[in-house]
Amino acid sequence: MWIETTIALKFLRQGFTQTLLILIGIAVGVSVIVFIVTLVVGLQANIVSRTLGTQAHVRVQPQEEVNLLARPPNGTYNLVLEDKRAQRLRSINNWQQIMADLDTINGVKAVSPVVSGPAFARRGEAIKSVSILGVDADRYERIIPISKDIISGAFRVNAGEAVIGKQLADDLGVRVGSKLRLDASEGRNAIVTLTGIFELGVRELDSRYVYLDLKQAQALLGLFGGVTVLEMTVNDIFDATLISDKVHLRTSLKSESWMQTNSQLMNALASQSLSSNLISFFVALSVAFGIASVLAISVTQRTREIGILRAMGARREQMLIVFLIQGAILGLCGSFAGSAAGWSMVWAFNAFGPRLFDISPSLSIVPVTVALATITGVLSAIAPAWRASRLDPVAAIRYV
Amino acid sequence: MSKPDIKPSPAAKVAHTSDVLRLEGLKKSYNVGLPTETEVLHGIDLSITALDFAALIGPSGSGKSTLLNLIGLLDQPTSGELYLLGQATRDLADVQRTHLRQESIGFVFQFHHLIEAFSAIDNVMMPVMVKNGRPSTEARQWAEHLLQAVGLAGMGDKKPSELSGGQQQRVAIARALMTRPALLLADEPTGNLDTHTAENIFKLLREFNAEFDCAVLIVTHDPRLSQTCDRAITLIDGMIVPDQHSS
Repeated sequence: MWIETTIALKFLRQGFTQTLLILIGIAVGVSVIVFIVTLVVGLQANIVSRTLGTQAHVRVQPQEEVNLLARPPNGTYNLVLEDKRAQRLRSINNWQQIMADLDTINGVKAVSPVVSGPAFARRGEAIKSVSILGVDADRYERIIPISKDIISGAFRVNAGEAVIGKQLADDLGVRVGSKLRLDASEGRNAIVTLTGIFELGVRELDSRYVYLDLKQAQALLGLFGGVTVLEMTVNDIFDATLISDKVHLRTSLKSESWMQTNSQLMNALASQSLSSNLISFFVALSVAFGIASVLAISVTQRTREIGILRAMGARREQMLIVFLIQGAILGLCGSFAGSAAGWSMVWAFNAFGPRLFDISPSLSIVPVTVALATITGVLSAIAPAWRASRLDPVAAIRYV
Repeated sequence: MSKPDIKPSPAAKVAHTSDVLRLEGLKKSYNVGLPTETEVLHGIDLSITALDFAALIGPSGSGKSTLLNLIGLLDQPTSGELYLLGQATRDLADVQRTHLRQESIGFVFQFHHLIEAFSAIDNVMMPVMVKNGRPSTEARQWAEHLLQAVGLAGMGDKKPSELSGGQQQRVAIARALMTRPALLLADEPTGNLDTHTAENIFKLLREFNAEFDCAVLIVTHDPRLSQTCDRAITLIDGMIVPDQHSS
C-alpha cells in the first residue's frame, strides 16, 4: 500500500487547487450534518427533559371498571344497550406488595405511591378547583425533583401541611405559613398550613396541584390506606414503554409510559429525527457525488500517467487502490475540517443564538462522522477508480 | 495467487543469447468483427538477440508503434505468437503480462513521459516501487548510479519540469534500465530533441547495450540514427522488409 498511498498523496498535492476546493465542499457538507444532527439531538434532549421534569416515566393505575354481563340462556339472544361504567376513584389493590415487586424490576429507578383526586381549595370567598396529590415526600422526590422548583418555603408535607403551585397561591392570595381549607367530596374537609410554593413552569400544574401527606389525602378522598397511582422512573427513558408493558404483564394493572401519554410529542420528535436524517442523507449524497466527479476528472487528467505506471509494471488493482485512497483521504481530511467547523457552529449557536436552550455537543459524533465520511469517500471513488484500472495502457500513453 | 516464475536466472540470460524476443506470424487487426476491420500487421516474423542494437524504421502508418506495443506486452496480437525470453505470451493473463513486462522490458517513450508529481530519482525508481513498495537502499544506490551514468549525477531531487528536454529523456532512460531489463524498447526516443542531444542519447543507449547486455530496439524516423544501429528492421505496410545489416 505504500506506493499506492504515495502516488495518491502526490496526485492530490499536485492538483492542489482542485483538492482544496473539493475539501472545502466536503467540509461544508460535513459541518452542516454535524450541526444539524447536534442541534436536533440537543433540542430533543431538551424537550424530553423538560417534559419529564414534571412527569413520571411510567404511571400504574387500577384497571378500568367494566360491566360484567350474565350470559344469556342457551338458544336465546340478549340485545344490550350498554353504557360504559363511570370510573370512580379506586385504590390499587395490595399496592404495598405491588410496589415492592415493581422495585425489583430491572431498569426501574424509583417507585412512588400517589393518591390523587379532586377537591376545592378555599380561602375566604375564593374557591379554586384543585387536584390533591397525597405523596410520600422522599419517594416522590425521586420521581419529580420538586425541591429544585420550590420558590418559597420547602417541600415538606407532614400531617396538616400542604405545598401548592405559584399560580394557585397567587389566585388565593396565600403565602408560606397561611392556612388553606380543602373541601373534598361528601363533606370531607381539612385545614392545612402552607409549607412551600413551587413553580414548575407548567401553568396547569402550577394552578392545580396541592401536595399533601399521603394519609391526609387518603382521608380527604375517602380511600383509607389506598393509593390511586404508582409513579415510576426508569434508568433509560426510552425503555419506559418496554418496562410499562412488563408491569402490565406482571400486575395486570393499567400501565402507561410517558411515550404513550405524550404520543404527539413522540410523533413530533420522530418527524424531526426523520427530517434531520433526510437532510444529512442528501447532503452526504451530494458530497459523495462531488468526490466522485472530482476523481472522475482526475482520472481523465491522469490518463497518461496511469498509462506510464501501467507500462512500468503497475497492476490494475494498484491503479484502483490509488484512486480509492484518494477518495478515502478526501473524506477523512474533509470530515475533520467539517467536524471542527460544525463544532464552531454549535459553539456560536450556544454563544450568540436565541439562547432558548443549550446544545451540548457530544464528542461521539466526531469519530462516527469521520468514519462515515471516509467510507463515503471510498465508495464515491469506486466508479472513477474502476475506470482508471480499466484504462488501456496503449491508449493511455498516447493520450496527451 | 501464485506468480509464475518467469524471471530468467542471470546464467540463463547470458547463455541464451539467441532469442530475447521471437515473433512468429504476428498479426494485429483493429476493430475486429466490425465492417471497418483493418489488419495493421500482416504476419511478422522476427527475432532479436541479447546483443542486438536494432532500429525499427518505416514510413508513418506502417505499424511501427503497433508492433512496439505488442512487443512491450501493452497490447495483444490478433494471432501469431510472441516469445519473450522463451516464454509464450499470447495466452497470459493481464497480471502475468504485467509481471513479465515489469521484469524484462524497459520503455523509453517519445515524449519523456515522466510523472510530474515525483522527483527525478523517484521516477527512476518507479518500476521498482510499484513492484516492491518502499525502495531499498540498494535500489536507491542503483538509481543514483543510473542517473550518474546518464550524466545527471546530483540532479535526482529535481522535478521533471525543472529539467531540460534532453535531461528528461535521460531520466526516462535511467528509469527504463532500473529493473535491468533484457529488452529496452524506445519509441522515437529522440523525436523531440535537437540533433546534438539526440546523438548523445543514442550514444547512451549504445553504451548500455554493451554494458548491461540488454537488447535495444529503437523506433526512429531519423535515417542518420538508424544507420548507426547494428541492424535496421524495415516495416512497410505491416510487413517486414528483409534486414539490412549495416556493417
